[in-house]
Formats: sequence, C-alpha cells, structure tokens
Amino acid sequence: MSTAIPRLASPAELAAVRQQIIAGRDPSKPYIAVCAGTGCIACGARKVVEAFQSAIAEHGLDTEVTLKPTGCPGFCEQGSVVVIYPQEICYVRVTAQDVPEIVANTIRDKQVVERLLYTDPATGQPVVRESDIPFYRHQQRNLLSSNIKLDSKSLADYLAIGGYAALDKTLTSMTAEQVLDEVTRANLRGRGGAGFPAGRKWKGTRDAPADIRYVIVNADEGDPGAFMDRALLEGNPHSILEGLIIGAYAVGAREGYIYVRQEYPLAVQNVTLAIAQAKACGLLGANILGSGFDFDVKVHQGAGAFVCGESTALMTALEGRVGEPRPKYIRSNVKGLWEKPSVLNNVETWANVPLIINNGAEWFANIGTEGSKGTKIFSLVGKITNTGLVEVPMGVTLRDIVYKIGGGIPDGKKFKAIQTGGPSGGCIPERLLDLQVGFDELTKAGSMMGSGGMIVMDEDTCMVDVARYFIGFLTDESCGKCVPCREGLRQMHRVLTRICEGEGQPGDFELLEDLSEVLEHASLCALGKSAPSPFLSTLRYFRDEYEAHINEKRCPAMSCKALIRYYIEPEKCEACLICLRKCPSESIAGGKNLIHVIKQDECESCGVCFDVCPPRFDAIRKISGRIVPPPLPEDQRAFDRSKRR
Amino acid sequence: MTLTMQIDGKAVTATAGMSLLEACRDAGINIPTLCHHEALEPFGGCRLCLVEVEVRGWTQLVVSCVYPAADGLVVRTRSEKVDKLRKTIVELLMAHAPESPVLNELAAEYGARKNRFSQESAFCIHCGLCVRYCNEVKQADAVAFIERGANKEISFLPDIAAKECDSCKECFPLCPTSYLQAAYVLVGALSGFPPPSS
Repeated sequence: MSTAIPRLASPAELAAVRQQIIAGRDPSKPYIAVCAGTGCIACGARKVVEAFQSAIAEHGLDTEVTLKPTGCPGFCEQGSVVVIYPQEICYVRVTAQDVPEIVANTIRDKQVVERLLYTDPATGQPVVRESDIPFYRHQQRNLLSSNIKLDSKSLADYLAIGGYAALDKTLTSMTAEQVLDEVTRANLRGRGGAGFPAGRKWKGTRDAPADIRYVIVNADEGDPGAFMDRALLEGNPHSILEGLIIGAYAVGAREGYIYVRQEYPLAVQNVTLAIAQAKACGLLGANILGSGFDFDVKVHQGAGAFVCGESTALMTALEGRVGEPRPKYIRSNVKGLWEKPSVLNNVETWANVPLIINNGAEWFANIGTEGSKGTKIFSLVGKITNTGLVEVPMGVTLRDIVYKIGGGIPDGKKFKAIQTGGPSGGCIPERLLDLQVGFDELTKAGSMMGSGGMIVMDEDTCMVDVARYFIGFLTDESCGKCVPCREGLRQMHRVLTRICEGEGQPGDFELLEDLSEVLEHASLCALGKSAPSPFLSTLRYFRDEYEAHINEKRCPAMSCKALIRYYIEPEKCEACLICLRKCPSESIAGGKNLIHVIKQDECESCGVCFDVCPPRFDAIRKISGRIVPPPLPEDQRAFDRSKRR
Repeated sequence: MTLTMQIDGKAVTATAGMSLLEACRDAGINIPTLCHHEALEPFGGCRLCLVEVEVRGWTQLVVSCVYPAADGLVVRTRSEKVDKLRKTIVELLMAHAPESPVLNELAAEYGARKNRFSQESAFCIHCGLCVRYCNEVKQADAVAFIERGANKEISFLPDIAAKECDSCKECFPLCPTSYLQAAYVLVGALSGFPPPSS
C-alpha cells in the first residue's frame, strides 16, 4: 500500500512522485479513518484499529478497503471517532466490539449502522456525515481538517494531499524577502500567547548581523486543559516541518529545533519519524530538492517545566542548562539561542505557514478581524457538552463557540464564565459572551488569547476558588529566580486559600492588589508579569463573590468546602439510611425509622450525603453564610410514614 | 564610546556596554541591590534595582543591573511607583529573614513593614550570590540551587564541599542573611566532614 519514495533531487521529481502516489489511489475506494490521537487512544482506539484489521481480513476485503490510524479530528468528547469515506459516515464512541458490525454492514453491505451515529441533541435526529454534525459545521478547519485525511506516520499521505507544495513553491519561485513579505502581509500573529507578528519577528532575525541563525518550534504546550499543539504535531507532523523549513529559508537559518515536552510521547515519535522520512528523500538536510539550501532539524524533549514554554527559558534549556528565563532587554530574535538570532514560534504558527505560501497572504488576511487574521484552534474543555478541539476564524463570538459548537452547558446548569488564555489568562463573564475572539479583543476584556485554552465554568464554580487554583498552578510552576514571582505568588496563593477557607480579612484586597502590582511590574519574565490575571480578572467581574467570602463567610457557588454546611430537612427525610451508611466520617445520627441528623461538629462537608440522597426525597440542603438550623430534639426524631403525604 | 544620559535630572556619562546600574554607581547615584556583585554576571533576580526609563516617550520599569546604558536615555531612580515596588519586594523578603540587617536598612528607607506577609522563615532570600560566586569565580560548584519555584533552596554538595570549602569560605561574607553559614554547618554535620573550626 505504501509507496516507496526515492530521494528527490528536484521539484520536478517531487511533482512526479506526488502524481504517482495520487494516480495509485482510487478515490472511490472505501477509506476507514480511525482517530489515533492521544484522546482516542485513551478511549481504546488501538484496539479499534486492530479489530478493523482482523474484521477486514475475515471478510477478505484487504484489497478493497483502506484503513488508517489518523490524527485527531477534534471531537474528543465522542471518542473513538471513526469516519468512513467516500460517504463521510461518522461513527462516534466506537469500541472494538462495534467493529465487526461496521465492517459487515457499512463496508460490505453499504448500510449505515444507525446506533453508532452522532445524535443531534437539538433535533434528536442521527447525523450521518461528519460535516453535518453541528460541532463541525460551525468550524472552519483550515489546519485540523487534514488530520483525518492522513496516516500521521506516512509521508506519502502528506504528499497526496499536497504536502511540501509550499516548500516547492518557496524554493523554486520565491526569494527569502518574498517569503518574509508574504508572511508579513498575511499578518500572521504568533499562536503561542503574546500574538507577536511573525513577519516582524522573522525580519528581525534575518536583519540581525550573524553567521548562524536558528528557527525553533515551541511545542512545550503546558496550559492545563490545552492540547491544540499536540493534535497538530501528532496528527500532521510534516506540516509543522514544512512550515519550519520555509521559515528557515526566509530568515537564513540552517539549523532548527523542535522543543517538545516529554509528556507528549506520540508527538515526539511522529515528528521524529517525519524528520527521518523528510531527510531520507531530500526534503530536509543538505541541498533540499536540489536548491542548494541546507537545513537540518533536531528534536529536543523538555523535562517537564511549564516555564520552559517562555521563550528565553526554552532557549536556556535547549542549551543544556536549567530552564530559567533570562533577564533580557534584547529580543531573542536578535540574540537568542547560544546568543544567535533565533526565531521561536509555536506549533500552530508554523503550521499556518505552508497554507499562507500556498494560498497567498490575501487569502489568509481575508479571514478574521482587523487585528487578528486566520483561524485559531481552541481546546474547549470544562463544563461543556462537546469537549474537543475547535478551529474557528478569528472574530467568531465566544457565544458561538460555547453554544453552537460546544453545545452549551450540560445537566441544565447555567453558564458562568469562560477562562481563556491558560493559567495567566482570565475569566470572561456571561455578559461579555458576544465578544469576538481575537488577540486584542480578549486582552481588552482582561484575559488573553494565550495559546488557545478555553475552560467553561458553570454556576457551581466558585470564582475565588478558580483564582486560587490558577495562582496555585503558577506558584508550583514558577522557576523561583526572581522575587516577585517566587514570593509574590506564594503569598498570593496563601491569601486566596485563606479567603476560600473563610479566613479572609478586610485588608486582603489591598494585599492582593499590591502583590499583583509587584508581579506585573517587577517580574523577570512573562510568566510572572501575567500571573496576577486570574485574580485581577475574577476580581473585575466577580467582586461580589470575593466580598461574600470575606465579609459574610459565604461561598455563593456553594463550592468552598470550609464555607458550606450540610443539613437534612427533617420534614423531607425518609429515614432511608442511605446517607447514614455512606457518610465516610460517620457523622450522621439516626437509624431505622429515625429521622437522620448531621452531627455538625463531626461533619467534614465532603458532600457525599448530598450526592446520595435520592432525588425524590431531596432532603439535604447546602448552606453557606448562614446559621444551620438546630438539630431536631432527640425525642422528636421518630419517623412516622403515615404522617407523610 | 561615551554615552550621555539624564539620570534623576543630572547629566551622566557612561561607556557603551555598561549597564544602567554601573553607570549610576559610577556617577555616585545609589541604587539598592541584593543579588548584584561586581565580579559576577548580572542575575536580575532580586528586582530591587528597578528604575523608570523613558523610551520613545513611554515610561517603562526596567531592572538597571541588566538594562544597557544608552545615549540620550532619561532615567528616574526614585519615583512613587519605584519606591512602592521596592517596598513590597523588601516586605516579601522579610517574610523569610525578618532580622537581616541589610533588609532592615532597606525597610527603613522604603517604609517596609517586616510582618506584612505571613512569615515563612526560610532565611535564604535566593539572591544566588553564594551559588554564582562558587561557580563563576571559584569554579568549584560546591553550593547550588536545588528544587524549583517556592521550593527552591541552596544546598552544599557534600562531596565537593568536604574538599573545597574549609579552606575557602569566600562566599560567607556575601550572604545577606547568614543562612549560608547555617546551611554549611548543617551539611557538614549530616555528611561527616569537619564543620568550620570556629
């Protein structure tokens, strides 16, 4: 099935091999794509692939069907995801047990297995085609759509969908200045966090006087809940590589690095393989496609420090030293890795480069808003119906992402806030849901684009607790080099923890504001400078929650354990013994035919009783900020069923 | 090449390649520091030396130990903002070393309160002077940082310290809190090499 690709000595040979690969493929032949991204693997995708292999063999269909483990299409909520072409039938939550039925019915008998289709919750109707599923229908998947079309480990597949055509175009018909100009006119801004214009960054490197220059891929994706870069690097590693080679050509680099976190083993594996494949056929290494341009790439695995996503810390780590940021006032594009001009861009930024070269700057600049062009991938997680990766044009509203694509909040709960931009981002409240996503728009709202994490929160989420969580994360991940970040975050975390535990004091706002100020203005790197955002943005939009915690010792979301008590309403308790038996601290008094009473001085507020009390009784109340009613006197606890309705 | 800058309203000359801190000190303008040492590479860790500079009409806060001196630069080494940030930094450090004489002097200058933040007396303020001196000047690496972030601390490496330290101890007077000496005695006691004779 796989075509051996010879060493390509010229663009003509690349074109010929591409033609040969395409000619050898029959577009009408059934093609089964099984998502083999990390998310689906966790749902058993490897077993699904094996089950397909044996079922196909059993039916003797080996030559009549193509099976591929592919990259992630994004609908992680519904894994394992299987798409069958050319009809584009999308099966969701597929397990190995479902496979014989799929092969027998869909592949052999051309029937759709209805029970495995996605059901649109709005209409209750099953949806056959992948592109008709609302989650996908409202996206514009310029980058992610390739994932499902190729075996992530196959260079031939990448060539078949037009891979390395942008490199071909660059080397045969563009000067380095023209490439720079194209990227600048496209107004591609960095997808890693700060949104710095890639064209300007590249030009700075090209213009810096130096004998050696570097290009680097930042694949140290570390924001909690974010996995955009992982999906790209795992699913379509050659596209990142192609972007990087084009970038190297534009800035005059002959060496590049891919800094990928060790926690992404599949991404490391796939990109390492892609590099070997590209080298073997002359797309990487000396004299690429006979153009005289030499470029080589190495993969460097990070040892697991969030701060190494910061550009100077990443470069220090690449040099083999402790990954701490440098106190710099000279940009790394002028003085970076080993003091040489270095372009560091995020995975998604590099992935956009081949698209810009192929389709032109105008095409790219036509997508999006005034200041933010192209599409952006977000990882949509938290209290949302459709968890997954979402690629939308810049300028789409948060409301569309949450409701049209994300399917809204599950369990009938109310939306409260959406956290964007990773730990140093901020929380955006419901009244700003019509905000368009874009670098400047999100910053203005007190949050940021970051690398594209989006965590949806519902009414049960306490915003003070959210701030405490993110500040805690940043405290753990601070490198400890500068005082404001190391000490400021530690103190900030303490104060927020105290507030969540009901020990807040009137002076806490001032303390937190002073700490935010010192972090923002005196920290060494961007991690520290942006670290107060989780506090500042929640304070800006949810000040009432802070005040309730501090002044009334009340948690409005009924979430902070130290501020809530549980109480059994005697008139609703049916003496069923369920909560009494499940209580881990044995702090419920009662018995058969005795109304249950929580012993308040022993209760640890774990909430088990609340969760297990049968909904038809609904006898347990959460109480915050007011006094728990006194327990029923012991002589009145006899339960008399006849007195109940 | 000679550069002229305006620092606190005074014309100050400096040589290209100098940091702002060096230029100020040469001109007799005092800027507080805790992690700076003339024999060592600038560290930029304590952030006390931050000052205001005007760049293209914008006021920016920069740390002077790593900011390069530049011709025409307008610098303010004290301002309400600078003083307030320095005060908070000193207060944060005093949570660790409330009785450090250096910190107490700074506290008096900037009005810092020693008990403003909850105490966590680790005594070390992570200026890194000992670690960097041992590495850069002595090239012995007998003392190093271990762990990360809030858990970061200095530690003598027993094998090296046993050989190198007794005859050197040049880092001792650099420590602003005397925690270094304590760490040395501790590691000596734990690993069995002779602690300092007196």
